[in-house]
Amino acid sequence: MENNLHIPTVAELLANGESPALLFWVGCAGSFDERAKRITRDICKILHHVGIKFAILGTEESCTGDPAKRAGNEFVFQMQAMMNIQVLDGYEIKKIVTACPHCFNTLKNEYPSLGGHYEVIHHTQLIQSLIDEGKLKPSDGNEFKGKKITYHDPCYLGRANEVYEAPRKVLEALDADLVELKRCRSNGLCCGAGGAQMFKEPESGKKDINVERIEDVIESNANIVAAACPFCMTMLRDGVKVKEKEQEIQVLDIAEITVRANKL
Amino acid sequence: MISQLLFAIVLIAALLLFYKNASKIYQNIRLGKSVNRFDNPSLRMKTMLLVAFGQKKMFKRPIPALLHLFVYVGFIIINIEMIEIVVDGLFGTHRVLSFFGGIYDFLIASFEILAFTVLISCLIFLIRRNILKLKRLNQAELNNWPKTDANYILIAEILLMSAFLFMNAADLKLQSLPAEHYTPAGSFPISQYLVTLLPETISSLILIERFSWWFHIVGVLAFMNYLPISKHLHILLAFPNTYFSNLDPKGKFENMESVTAEVKAMLDPSLPPPSGEVSRFGVKDVQDLTWKNLLDAYTCTECGRCTAACPANITGKLLSPRKIMMDTRDRLEEVGKNIDKNKTYIDDGKSLIDSFIRREEIWACTSCNACVEQCPVNINPLEIIMGLRQYAIMEESQAPSSINNMLGNLENNGAPWKYAQADRANWTQN
Repeated sequence: MENNLHIPTVAELLANGESPALLFWVGCAGSFDERAKRITRDICKILHHVGIKFAILGTEESCTGDPAKRAGNEFVFQMQAMMNIQVLDGYEIKKIVTACPHCFNTLKNEYPSLGGHYEVIHHTQLIQSLIDEGKLKPSDGNEFKGKKITYHDPCYLGRANEVYEAPRKVLEALDADLVELKRCRSNGLCCGAGGAQMFKEPESGKKDINVERIEDVIESNANIVAAACPFCMTMLRDGVKVKEKEQEIQVLDIAEITVRANKL
Repeated sequence: MISQLLFAIVLIAALLLFYKNASKIYQNIRLGKSVNRFDNPSLRMKTMLLVAFGQKKMFKRPIPALLHLFVYVGFIIINIEMIEIVVDGLFGTHRVLSFFGGIYDFLIASFEILAFTVLISCLIFLIRRNILKLKRLNQAELNNWPKTDANYILIAEILLMSAFLFMNAADLKLQSLPAEHYTPAGSFPISQYLVTLLPETISSLILIERFSWWFHIVGVLAFMNYLPISKHLHILLAFPNTYFSNLDPKGKFENMESVTAEVKAMLDPSLPPPSGEVSRFGVKDVQDLTWKNLLDAYTCTECGRCTAACPANITGKLLSPRKIMMDTRDRLEEVGKNIDKNKTYIDDGKSLIDSFIRREEIWACTSCNACVEQCPVNINPLEIIMGLRQYAIMEESQAPSSINNMLGNLENNGAPWKYAQADRANWTQN
């Protein structure tokens, strides 16, 4: 990324008497995972490019509590949620974009009954609306033109919240050769990371779920599989490695594809 | 006259028995905890009409959907004929509704065609189960009784439809002879082909007609009373179960109010600590589930669409969402009998967790909602799995050690990994 692109925190803006139009909720993966950090920076590039006045919470952000809730620890979840709501409400945050479907789902669906009411969107929805508004336009000779691209539905974006179209619309703008996986949309197969599985070894079975999923991708003959979740990203990339398909199949987030297609 | 009296006795006995068993099931469902599923009646009605009445979700798999549609439409439409059968039985009349004339002929003809499609569909279903051995209809949790149950249902439907068609065939032949009492009525597009198989004498024909009539009606009444001990209860419960569906996004899991009060008190010491002990966090046994979870369990017809879509099951893990529902029903039946016997529930040393559902099953779930999405009658196995996890973690502190590490990290540094919160924005620097 442009080395000197400055990412303001809400606290910083406030010190200057300003407030952000949009809070970018980075998430734990986006903050700490090396691969996901690249996606985080790309989302910032997009926001910066279109001139949205955004900010992050920086060190005041904390896990939404999603993995605790799916693991069954309601105490840890609600503790995280209440502390986050205190921070968000303290800054009078109204609108949030997330880079992770799990953060998206938790903030959107599970915070309201604990007192946290925000308009929450996922970054694929934001990118789609920017394309619709004409603020983003893939360049004519973009590197994805004619490439075979497929999309893996993250469970917490797709089935959990029925966001199926936004990421697909973003890909449709590329003029690429789009193919669907045999299990897609509401019938999509999980990458294997949800429900706190990301943080534990799988139970014994005959195969890992991400390998089962990458077989769908191989079957589709796609060169690029688009992801929209940092955990799916990890799982799909591991699957590609297990199958030794690193030369044939690239896993890219919708935000990364957008940045490259728009040459940002 | 004797046969009319006999019929009245059989009918009343069957209805009373059904009422008794149905109220037992109702009482068992009432053992569940409360949950509000009475809001938004118009959306609920719409969901029921689409999903149960309209069979919307069945069509994710078109071939079984079509076969099932034949049986379903057959079941609903042929039940109209039951009105006439009951009236004829009670008053000794012959085809009492035949005064409708052309409409009556049309109805009888459509019953016949439907009976035939039901019969063929059930035959194909038997072949799929027992000869083609479809994976989802032959998985481990179906061994023994569940498989037998499924075959009984299909064979019973084939026998009932055969009796219905043979009754019509004998009736038609008697009408054409002609024979006293058997006045011409109805149109018989299917059973006309059975006529040649029948004997010529009036007495034998009457015997066949009466036998088929009795076999059909007693069979239907017996089938009705078989429902409460069978997986086939879905033909009735699919309707309330879809009406009481979860209307929220599938990703939204309910927040536990009892925890909210405690967390609020912890964060703000000026608030008084919550009064009253919480009896239990999460789900240990069926009484900890909501009544909707229990209704789900009785509604499940063990089709296995959930399990066939479950990523854990597909990759060979022990978890099967269908088994979660079957275990819940089995345990609920057991608890219900316990209460019947002892007036109140006496601890039998068993529970849904461990005695029925193993830890390995609940920890294999990715909470992906594929099972919930696939269920043609909106059953939610995921809620039960999550409730069991809550019990394991919050009441027993029993979780895989890596999960405990993750939770420890969350509490200490606000991330599931061991990174300092102070480093959270380091990505902005490089």
